[in-house]
Amino acid sequence: MFETALQWLDALRGKAVSAREAVEAAYARIGTCEPRVHAFLSLQNTQALADADAIDAQRAAGMPLGRLAGLPVAIKDNLCDKGIECRCASRVLEGYIPPYHATVVAKLRAAGAIIIGRTNLDEFAMGSSTENSGYQVTCNPWDIERIPGGSSGGSAAAVASREVPAAFGSDTGGSIRQPAALCGVTGLKPTYGRVSRNGLVAYGSSLDQIGPLTLDVRDAALMLSVIAGHDPGDSTSAEVPVADYAAALHASVAGMKIGVPREYFVSGIDPQVAQAVRAALASFEKAGAEIIEISLPHTEYAIPTYYIVATAEASSNLARYDGIHYGRRAPVAKDLWDVYTKSRREGFGDEVIRRVLLGTYVLSSGYYDAYYLKALKVRTLITRDFDTAFERVDVIATPTSPTAAFKTGEKADDPLQMYLSDIFTVSVNLAGIPGMSIPCGFTDTGLPIGLQLLARPFGEPALIRAGSAYQQATDFHTRRPAQNGIAG
Amino acid sequence: MITRDDVAYVARLSRVQLDDADLDRFAPHLQSILSYVEKLNELDVSAVEPTAHVLPLRNVAGVDDAAPSLANEDALRSAPRTSDGFFHVPPVIE
Repeated sequence: MFETALQWLDALRGKAVSAREAVEAAYARIGTCEPRVHAFLSLQNTQALADADAIDAQRAAGMPLGRLAGLPVAIKDNLCDKGIECRCASRVLEGYIPPYHATVVAKLRAAGAIIIGRTNLDEFAMGSSTENSGYQVTCNPWDIERIPGGSSGGSAAAVASREVPAAFGSDTGGSIRQPAALCGVTGLKPTYGRVSRNGLVAYGSSLDQIGPLTLDVRDAALMLSVIAGHDPGDSTSAEVPVADYAAALHASVAGMKIGVPREYFVSGIDPQVAQAVRAALASFEKAGAEIIEISLPHTEYAIPTYYIVATAEASSNLARYDGIHYGRRAPVAKDLWDVYTKSRREGFGDEVIRRVLLGTYVLSSGYYDAYYLKALKVRTLITRDFDTAFERVDVIATPTSPTAAFKTGEKADDPLQMYLSDIFTVSVNLAGIPGMSIPCGFTDTGLPIGLQLLARPFGEPALIRAGSAYQQATDFHTRRPAQNGIAG
Repeated sequence: MITRDDVAYVARLSRVQLDDADLDRFAPHLQSILSYVEKLNELDVSAVEPTAHVLPLRNVAGVDDAAPSLANEDALRSAPRTSDGFFHVPPVIE
């Protein structure tokens, strides 16, 4: 059977398979896997099959078709799709039907992609394990007793278990890259501003980006080329021409300078993760790349900076959930104050409340300078670290996550420990640069390990070049979950 | 040190109703996170400019053309309670 998006698209174009058959195959696979994986919050069979039939009719009539015509894809439940309930995995948004498409969703539909369902996440994308969903806990397809990472854990698990060839997520502090690493798939966070955020439910507006989770870098390049570009509907989207990502797929890494930050191989990193990343570096060297040790001296300040900036922005963004305009209202409320405070208490989960409280605290009178303003200044230092490093190297290579997937519940009662699992990903969002995670090995218990590649702003072609060269030389990205996870 | 009163104050600002058990639960969490972020005090940033945004943003003015806006029924469709084409709220003035 076909696995990658490009394989499916070849089969669709060659009429070896119809769009209806592709969508039915995805639902069949979902039927097999979902009882154990729980990646999806909702499926939209009726509309997806109607969309597929429309594509098949257009193909039969010889009409021009988009680049993703007939391809089943999944989207994270924080992307608006007109007329389809969007809950962000939160009880507070129960019943919210967006009156418009996210730009990314409109672009996917225009390209002929068929959206078959909405994937689970940590509520409002706040978390690193997809345990903080208001609806269900998603399991890692490689070991269903473990978390898939987060917050785009549903999208990563759906791709890893071959339920869909591609899924879309959002990344505020690692929410595409970390679940991609923990589920053994490819996850790309574009440069801030590369992809429109219009219609993405906001968490940290200066950090959020939408990106694809796929089985390999070739598919990631295709998906990025479909969703990238300037959008008048997002004033922070960049007016920078979209590069030819497919052209970067076939370039070699000979002569490429790859930086390795010494601060990323510190205590706390699992020795098996460090070993797999070192082996990947050796493979790049063998292919002709030059490995250069670099320093990102403010790395240890990234987590505290991130959790101030992100929660401050979140506390402001989440003020709109007031029990009045959309979603859920507390059934018993005597006055307006009660409507606000009870609806929010009943609708938000603990992690969301924690972050709203923290963000409000760091912005409040008397603490603003000590916390928020200070964090913005350290953000400048973190960004400068990358600027300096990219004067010497083309790409930076690091582990994506300090460990492989942890057990469900292991960090659930210790928010700070959970935050520390983002140690290698958050600085990328603070600096706005692009990052990609690709599979680079397995632990001795068979859990995937991710390699993170970073580039300068709008340097996605360098990530694609390095990542695809690596995947041509290795086969980690082609392995499928078996033994402890979902079989076959 | 974050006290229960501090949490109650921030909860008021955040418009989240917390009971005594909530305050007891959240106070130590916030305390541990805030102690951790104190780490930023190791750095002297007095001469550093803040970065609120990584892109060199400039104001974007929309084109001043009349265009259809969101229909009333679309805007109200997801509201928990409406009446006569408006969002329905409890009385604000006694």
